[in-house]
Amino acid sequence: MTDSTSTLEGLANSDYKYGFVTDIEQDTVAPGLNEDVIRLISAKKQEPDWLLAWRLEAFRHWLTQREPTWARVHYPPIDYQAISYYAAPKQKGDGPKSLDEVDPELLRTYEKLGIPLAEQAFLAGVAVDAVFDSVSVATSYKGKLAEKGIIFCSFSEAVREHPELVRKYLGTVVPYRDNYYATLNSAVFSDGSFVYIPPGVRCPMELSTYFRINASNTGQFERTLIIADEGAYVSYLEGCTAPQRDENQLHAAVVELIALDKATIKYSTVQNWYPGDKDGKGGIYNFVTKRGLCKGRDSKISWTQVETGSAITWKYPSCVLRGENSVGEFYSVALTRDYQQADTGTKMIHIGKNTRSTIVSKGISAGQGQNAYRGLVKILPTAENARNYSQCDSLLMGDRCGAHTFPYIDVQNPSAQVAHEASTSKISDDQIFYCKQRGISAEDAVSLIVNGFCKDVFKELPMEFAVEAQKLIELKLEGSVG
Amino acid sequence: MLEIRNLHVTVEGREILKGIDLSIRPGETHAIMGPNGSGKSTLANVIAGREGYTVTQGEILFDGKNLLDMPAETRACEGLFLAFQYPVEIPGVANLYFLKAAVNAVRKYRGEPAVDAMDFWELVQERMALVKMDESMLKRSVNEGFSGGEKKRNEVFQMAVLQPRFAVLDETDSGLDIDALKVVADGVNALRNPERGFLVITHYQRLLDYIVPDHVHVLVNGKIAHSGGKELALELEEQGYALYNEEPGRARRAAA
Repeated sequence: MTDSTSTLEGLANSDYKYGFVTDIEQDTVAPGLNEDVIRLISAKKQEPDWLLAWRLEAFRHWLTQREPTWARVHYPPIDYQAISYYAAPKQKGDGPKSLDEVDPELLRTYEKLGIPLAEQAFLAGVAVDAVFDSVSVATSYKGKLAEKGIIFCSFSEAVREHPELVRKYLGTVVPYRDNYYATLNSAVFSDGSFVYIPPGVRCPMELSTYFRINASNTGQFERTLIIADEGAYVSYLEGCTAPQRDENQLHAAVVELIALDKATIKYSTVQNWYPGDKDGKGGIYNFVTKRGLCKGRDSKISWTQVETGSAITWKYPSCVLRGENSVGEFYSVALTRDYQQADTGTKMIHIGKNTRSTIVSKGISAGQGQNAYRGLVKILPTAENARNYSQCDSLLMGDRCGAHTFPYIDVQNPSAQVAHEASTSKISDDQIFYCKQRGISAEDAVSLIVNGFCKDVFKELPMEFAVEAQKLIELKLEGSVG
Repeated sequence: MLEIRNLHVTVEGREILKGIDLSIRPGETHAIMGPNGSGKSTLANVIAGREGYTVTQGEILFDGKNLLDMPAETRACEGLFLAFQYPVEIPGVANLYFLKAAVNAVRKYRGEPAVDAMDFWELVQERMALVKMDESMLKRSVNEGFSGGEKKRNEVFQMAVLQPRFAVLDETDSGLDIDALKVVADGVNALRNPERGFLVITHYQRLLDYIVPDHVHVLVNGKIAHSGGKELALELEEQGYALYNEEPGRARRAAA
């Protein structure tokens, strides 16, 4: 029976397939962090004074803060002075007017990743706002979106073109004082995406941004802000891969979502950053703050994430349900193998009446991977008739990995109904043998069983993304069968 | 088509099968009966290639090929099917999807292209009727929340779709009421033909009223204590297995 254990481990131990480095000249600021660096970043981006002032306030606050230690993750201390806080691909002139002007080397990188940036993007009906390191270098299909009054651009561009919207909403969901990494991000964020959907508009395509960390030693500090005005609908996709690196790379992104009356925002992530090697060396530290505010009545925010990469994942996409009848959802698959660590989950904060939330979390641990679900369901006294349903399932592969569940429930209104279900299971020898007896190889059997385990989450993803996520999970579990 | 010669098998160092000889020709249905712990399920598992069993002596040939050299999935692809005594649940994997994966695995092994969706659906419809299975069971996860009867029916349904050349039914009657037993037996009988062999393993004679075997073997304490025609099953029903325990000599007399 130990044979099957080692088979499972073999399946879980295939190599990272996206490990390559693109050779592009970088315009990089020397490592270190002080007010001058922040002024430099702000100046390079030609930001207005109010934004610089906001960055500096955040930085001064950050200096008074300490890194959080409550998460169930372990890593050596990070030297924040050894990190370079700005890197932009060098461009001739003012930047590309079309895809033809984009650095071909960059386009080849995306092609290697199978990212349909050029014609494929159009065929796929996806507008891609590509973030390469820190600055957006290619944006597509803005015209089509602009017809409907939709704004989809890089964060820097939004600051220039739509400062009133940025100023109105920036930091309203994740204030710069929120937590250590969000504060750091507020001080040094480089770029990211901005989306505004005007009232009553249903965004006609899935909006998509592909992130890719490339410059060595460069922290990635993305800032994303999505606003769905009254009655608007948008589905946003975020997918990431990164080239192989020895040094740990810090990623501290902030994503803020705001849904006004009757608006819906669906935010889907497939995360596949470099997880480090088989011995736990290298890999991305993914310390992300994602939060959505259901500000208006009957609004809805739905998070779906498939987390397969990074050495450490520290991430809790959350919903603040302020509007009456608003709905928050969180669907998550987190896979850890080798020495990966994930501490992920969500917070559902019920403030308004008749607010409802659903949490479905699926953790898969293989090798020596450690997977923790950490969630908070908080029903405030004002949240009359609030409902929550939580389901946390863990799947263990092998006998050296771990699954941990930390569900916090805080109910301050007696009319609330809160339900929590949890399970832990292993892929059994019986299941594998059953599949093999029907002609299915052990490797395919594991994929089949794992995909079955993840089904409740995958079905929440947009169709094309679901296929990609399924392939990614299979790829992650691929390996030689002994 | 299935030739078992002097098969000795140990599990965790303990000898369970102590020299089995069995020869099954195409078109034949053989029944193996025996008391609990006699080694019936061990025999089924060893034929199918489950891990955890050590063959210390002997061989199993399947159409002349050495079965023991093949991993379980290859045996399945070669046309060997095991209807499980305890079918396994696979949550989140739709029954139909699983079956299609199995059919395509076998086709791939044979160098055939993946099954055409319409052809597959027609086959599934036809085979479902054979075991009186409801269409809703196709969408449900493999065996998850199935009743005992539904699980066994699903095994026979899978067999009907996969159309193996040789099938082992491991206590397919256990846990079935008489109506379900008839449905399952009808399904099996519909699949009997001059090319296909069956090995039916059961504790009770009841199943053999419906799946009438050509040969019956009594397995006691890891050995075939007696072999005969279908009437042997009836004798066993009357006299029980006690005859065969401890005193093989008396057993022979009783059967004579």
